[in-house]
Amino acid sequence: MECCNKRRMMKESPESNFMNRRGSSCFPDEVLERVIGMLKSRKDRSSVSLVCKEWYNAERWSRRNVFIGNCYSVSPEILTRRFPNIRSVTLKGKPRFSDFNLVPANWGADIHFWLVVFAEKYPFLEELRLKRMTVSDESLKFLARSFPNFKAISLQNCDGFSTDGLAAIAADCKNLTELDIQENVIDDKNDNWLTCFPESFTSLEVLNFSILHNDVNFDALEKLVTRCKSLKTLKLNKSITLEQLQRLLFRAPQLCELGTGSFSQELTTQQYSELESAFSNCKNLNTLSGLWVVTPQYLPVLYPACANLTFLNFSYAPLDSDDIAKLLVHCANIRRLWVVDTIEDKGLEAVGTHCPLLEELRVFPADPFAEGDARGVTDSGFIAVSQGCRNLHYVLYFCRHMTNAAVATVVQNCPDFTHFRLCIMNPGQPDYRTSEPMDEAFGAVVKTCSKLQRLAISGLLTDLTFEYIGKYAKNLETLSVAFAGSSDWGMQCVLEGCPKLRKLEIRDCPFGNAALLSGLEKYESMRSLWMSDCKVTMNGCRLLAKEMPRLNVEVIKEDGSDDSQAERVYVYRSVAGPRRDAPPFVLTL
Amino acid sequence: MATSASAYENDIKNLKATELTLGLPGTHLQQNVPIIDQEKSSASSSSNKRPLQLPHEETSPAQDCGSKCSNIAKNTDDDAAPPPSKAKIVGWPPIRSYRKNSLQEQSEAAGGIYVKVSMDGAPYLRKIDLKIYGGYPQLLKALENMFKLTIGEYSEKEGYKGSDYAPTYEDKDGDWMLVGDVPWDMFVTSCKRLRIMKGSEARGLGCAV
Repeated sequence: MECCNKRRMMKESPESNFMNRRGSSCFPDEVLERVIGMLKSRKDRSSVSLVCKEWYNAERWSRRNVFIGNCYSVSPEILTRRFPNIRSVTLKGKPRFSDFNLVPANWGADIHFWLVVFAEKYPFLEELRLKRMTVSDESLKFLARSFPNFKAISLQNCDGFSTDGLAAIAADCKNLTELDIQENVIDDKNDNWLTCFPESFTSLEVLNFSILHNDVNFDALEKLVTRCKSLKTLKLNKSITLEQLQRLLFRAPQLCELGTGSFSQELTTQQYSELESAFSNCKNLNTLSGLWVVTPQYLPVLYPACANLTFLNFSYAPLDSDDIAKLLVHCANIRRLWVVDTIEDKGLEAVGTHCPLLEELRVFPADPFAEGDARGVTDSGFIAVSQGCRNLHYVLYFCRHMTNAAVATVVQNCPDFTHFRLCIMNPGQPDYRTSEPMDEAFGAVVKTCSKLQRLAISGLLTDLTFEYIGKYAKNLETLSVAFAGSSDWGMQCVLEGCPKLRKLEIRDCPFGNAALLSGLEKYESMRSLWMSDCKVTMNGCRLLAKEMPRLNVEVIKEDGSDDSQAERVYVYRSVAGPRRDAPPFVLTL
Repeated sequence: MATSASAYENDIKNLKATELTLGLPGTHLQQNVPIIDQEKSSASSSSNKRPLQLPHEETSPAQDCGSKCSNIAKNTDDDAAPPPSKAKIVGWPPIRSYRKNSLQEQSEAAGGIYVKVSMDGAPYLRKIDLKIYGGYPQLLKALENMFKLTIGEYSEKEGYKGSDYAPTYEDKDGDWMLVGDVPWDMFVTSCKRLRIMKGSEARGLGCAV
């Protein structure tokens, strides 16, 4: 499709002339809408909407999904006015550092008012995906009542609700296909919410309740799994025993994604072989997770199902290197692997040996606060993986120390990194062999990995790291910084050098007002900036707010703190103006 | 307006905004590293921060990173020094509470310390969970039962005198040590595997050198 040149359109004043010349008069709106409706990518739709008024309208009428990366960047009124036909909404709320307790409770991002507007404007809403939002039981009950076609709800890192809310969804959403509750702060009232799915209900395809602590009504669960023949994803919680797992697998051999319950019941030989055969009947299994509390002796029951696995999430199963090695022998097709650092370097060597197709690796620390002789993974494990897994492009690696040379070797082996998140757990930890800062490590990353989109840095770092980032990381979109840098210059380098930067989150760095203000022009092209425990003052923030009225500049104030310092600053672009629901401790400047 | 502008200018003057500091490694430490202050009362130059406490979270306040921290500076200069003491900084390391609590629960509850036990002459190895034993007497008894032998009593001077067997273990440094010399807790954390030595080799260990 030839795109009209916007500049040309503006030169030719009468729109009808333009239309005739372009021959678009034989292109009725419905057709244009139909064609544009086929566009799925957000970026494409965004570009299309900028072409001319007709295309803008065709795009807005044909759009069915909307993604809002910051719920305060737009209001529900503005959203519903522009896009009248939305079926699926994805909303993200709190800044990411709220995951690490840097945002006080009751900060905001409450879904309720959005739902009220949606109930009126999007009565045919089918999907709602929320991340870091506050969701009350009241809201979930309202949701269940208000949208007769509602199909899918996914809540990730949300808070504010209990199993009562889940019960309402189960009872009232007749067409539900997806109930996905991940890592939320949820009040588990142990009240048989699973029994609220009516007997006639059979449409469920995705069920994830892995984070609930209490027992669920197994009988209700088994019946539900039996009658929902399209169930593809089932993620159980700790309370489900191996014996119960076997019974569920027997009912649902068609599963593609399984999250086991506890993997440590004492089994008889008979039970063991039944479990093993249940797993071997699951021919479609591509994702395995769970394994809360593992008895390594039982891992072999998984072996028959391992050949087709592409995603193995063992991040809650502290296995040792022997156990993981024996398992990985069977997992040649793994693309994504999440593990605990109890597997140590030897376990990572096994990864490098047995999983050549690996694309993503996340290694979580079993004991982040351990002192002294704490074990875990080191630079040699990192290198071992990079040697065996040349397709690696996503890494999240928690370690206690690292060397510049190791990181350089890793990126040399795997130059295609798009996501590089290295967390050296001791703040300000230098290269443990040379005692130098870790600048050259991240320098190597940005110089070698031209496709880098996301970077998290750690260790002892000077402004040089930021100079490197500003100079080389031209595709960088997200940067996370902690305990790093020497002066404002560092932050300036990044703000001036990274054209695609969208999210910048900084904590405990010596960046002050000069750094903050150097990004004046930049912040409108970004989603957000977070700075906590840096050297920014209230006056600096006020100046930023004054110069850039389309940014919301918010300071989170704590009682008893120094009035002139701005300890926690959150800056984001918004077409909705300042928040109307800010709590007293959030000052909008 | 004038006051805020001049206040802002003062802020600028006070910052080393455009200074490129290319000093030796370690000289930047004073600016980079936060004070990890065990005391709730803060140092004079930093602000009083109320920690964000969740019921399960044990954290002490993060401190202003611009101030000096001599403790950290000393430790990180030395290659071989262990990491600085982990007073807990709010939200660091960046692991979601849910994951942190989960793994913590697991290590407290289940998660035994399984080590392999080999016995000279036996066709296969066994594995035991060191966590379930309260001390050496229980461990030795369990080994005696498992392998149907007598190990006897430990004495500092003569090891397991009078027995044909000596329980040994490989420690973190890869050395083979006699079971019983170090305090039980230290043994549990440093033991990588056990080996029950037999015959002359065993008697050799028991002899004073």
